[in-house]
Amino acid sequence: MARVGVFICHCGENIGRTVDCAAVAKAAEAFPGVVKSVDYKYMCSDPGQQMIKDAIRDERLTGVVVGACSPRMHEPTFRRAAFEAGLNPYLLEMANLREHCSWVHEDRPVATEKAIDLMRVMVEKVKKNAELRPIRVPVEPTALVIGGGIAGIQAALDIAGGGKKVILVERSPSLGGHMARLSETFPTLDCSQCILTPRMVEAANHPNITLMTYSEVTKVDGFIGNFEVTVRQKARYVDPEKCTGCGACFEKCPAKKIPSEFDAALGNRTAIYRPFPQAVPNKPVIDAEHCIMLTKGKCGICAKVCPTGAIKYDDKDREVIVKVGAIVVATGFELWDHSAYGEYGAGRLEDVINGFQFERLASASGPTTGEIRRPSDGRIAESVVFIQCCGSRDPKRGVPYCSKICCMYTAKHAILYRHKVHHGRAVVFYMDVRAGGKGYDEFVRRAIETEGAEYIRGRVSRIYRRKDGRLVVKGADTLAGRPVEIVADMVVLADAIVPQPGASRLAQMLGVSYDEYGFYSEAHPKLRPVETAKAGVFLAGACQAPKDIPESVAQASAAAAKVLGLFSQPELEREPIVAKVNEVTCVHCRACIQACPYGAIEDKEIKDSKGNLIRTVACVNEGECQGCGTCVAVCRSGSIDLDGFTDEEVLAEIAALE
Amino acid sequence: MTQTSTKPDAATGADAAAQPWSPRIVAFVCNWCTYAGADLAGTSRLQYAPNVRIIKLPCTGRIDPLFILKAFEQGADAVLVSGCHPGDCHYTAGNYHARRRWGLFRRLMEFTGIDAKRLFFSWVSAAEGQKFADLINAVTDEVRQAGPFDPTNPARKRPWT
Repeated sequence: MARVGVFICHCGENIGRTVDCAAVAKAAEAFPGVVKSVDYKYMCSDPGQQMIKDAIRDERLTGVVVGACSPRMHEPTFRRAAFEAGLNPYLLEMANLREHCSWVHEDRPVATEKAIDLMRVMVEKVKKNAELRPIRVPVEPTALVIGGGIAGIQAALDIAGGGKKVILVERSPSLGGHMARLSETFPTLDCSQCILTPRMVEAANHPNITLMTYSEVTKVDGFIGNFEVTVRQKARYVDPEKCTGCGACFEKCPAKKIPSEFDAALGNRTAIYRPFPQAVPNKPVIDAEHCIMLTKGKCGICAKVCPTGAIKYDDKDREVIVKVGAIVVATGFELWDHSAYGEYGAGRLEDVINGFQFERLASASGPTTGEIRRPSDGRIAESVVFIQCCGSRDPKRGVPYCSKICCMYTAKHAILYRHKVHHGRAVVFYMDVRAGGKGYDEFVRRAIETEGAEYIRGRVSRIYRRKDGRLVVKGADTLAGRPVEIVADMVVLADAIVPQPGASRLAQMLGVSYDEYGFYSEAHPKLRPVETAKAGVFLAGACQAPKDIPESVAQASAAAAKVLGLFSQPELEREPIVAKVNEVTCVHCRACIQACPYGAIEDKEIKDSKGNLIRTVACVNEGECQGCGTCVAVCRSGSIDLDGFTDEEVLAEIAALE
Repeated sequence: MTQTSTKPDAATGADAAAQPWSPRIVAFVCNWCTYAGADLAGTSRLQYAPNVRIIKLPCTGRIDPLFILKAFEQGADAVLVSGCHPGDCHYTAGNYHARRRWGLFRRLMEFTGIDAKRLFFSWVSAAEGQKFADLINAVTDEVRQAGPFDPTNPARKRPWT
């Protein structure tokens, strides 16, 4: 038999002025199951809370309804009081007599009647409420970081620095990502490799970091605190234990004409290669597609010259399953393919290059050792045209968003070019210059005012090659209102930033949502910018949206802080508002599995004692369920219910409306 | 407005026929947007019609069509469903589920003889206290025009004025 206590708060005069609290308490006394009903000036005060605690003990209450302010205000206060008095906190409910009644109605009798209704509704609900216990989920205090660019490295170092284990997975043979390919960085013009490579080495040597390069995530199971991730380690054909990184193999490799990914195809590499001299780990891999031994069965030169016998032509891909408690996704970006722009040569003009290619030309370690030579014939480029917004802000053929970093790196390119070719002409075509950031606008002003870059506001309509091999760039100067024609040796396109190919596939594996372009979506654009809708999965860097280096690093550190916060306790405790499946009536139609926005419902096989499958039912994973109740409403057999908002509880509320 | 007129017994036990009719509106709202929007209407002291009784759920996606039918059975003249704006759902997509469900449910309502105009659907965010107050007033006015849903329903003990 229910024994409900009703406590009506005057909230000073806030409720009492419009609602006759004594009358409400008196009316509530008559509700079936109510054994005590009182009103008091300030229920949330210490004496008020004590009144509730005493009544719970003295009257052996099985439920409490506090008619006071919004539960968003004081529900935790009163539930804690109930808990302290020995009552399960989920047997206490609040009726909102202030925000939803006394403050929005003036007529005292009307407000009093409504207050009585609101009390009756909650009394009927609390009679159906069940005791709920907070859900505890163990946490595996190891993090997985996907992507070994600057964001991934920073997140891994910060988590490892916080004393937790990290597994850092990188798809390519070396850490470093795009930042390793850059010449210098805006707005300070410090050398990218000089600031990055020490961090790469630090990550590789950190006792808490396990490095898995040349590896890809292929499967993600589990939930926050308890993920099981399958990582495929691609065959390197080089035993990393034996290899000393001496380099004899790639010096002698006869397959030398393979376009280097690292040099954006402006240079070549061998079939056994390390992407760049400062690669971490500094051990080569064999590219099976181009290796003569692996494709034709004869050669074997690298095995002959290797002093430690590290070459293994029979190496195979391996799958490793790792257990982690949190995942940081830092898969970065790629450049949009400008061959969709026919007027810019559709990707067929050799001397029309993208930003990465210019970075490699300007880099001291690049294919031209830092001289700005045009790709077609290797001549020093005497005139270079830079075109911003190539693909960006073009909803028809490219992407509608602004790629954010192009204005800055184009200014940097123009400055670097002018530093290297003093007599050269640098012309920048722009739509708008967006240079928001510390020292950014000053940097662009410097390019224009002291470094001599010519900025022309307008678009380029056509680029074509003259007979002498130089390029003619035709465009419009929209500020002067006249057409312009510039003869250039090279054109650098600021291609739009797009997500890595395969970003959406990884998102589906992780259960992370992504936007129409494939950028990963944060849980809240303002207040939860590094979390995703999937609990335990965090974002860092340009996989979320175009970002520059400082922003990527900041977000990586933020993600690391979130991970460390998650790992700071051995168990997670969460509100027990989760869905529950009635396995007896579940017909396994899978409607709930499709409806669940969190992928929290999975198949469960029921077996007999001999292990024979009897049937399959749906099963809610308490660690992942967020308690929205969407599955409950879609269940055709009425086999799922939501703790805290069960059908019985809600129907009791409706039935209490008089 | 005298205090003696607030006799709880009179309020709960009186014969519905004896009192002038006034709309009874049951609102199913989500916890994160519309409930908070209603709270904001309160903290902003915006006055609105007292004809609504709010039932809080975690998400509009939780609303079983049965709840709505039960509300009508319980003597409601109209039902209001309100949650987060599309794209803003606290649970990512619950409001989309709700929206699609109502598309189908309206047809069932018409089949059962309940005018689909008695079911109101709206998005009210946690920042839209004014919108919530305006919404309740607008719905109340509309239902007042439409008249009672089932005046003979014995579950209707009294109007919610």
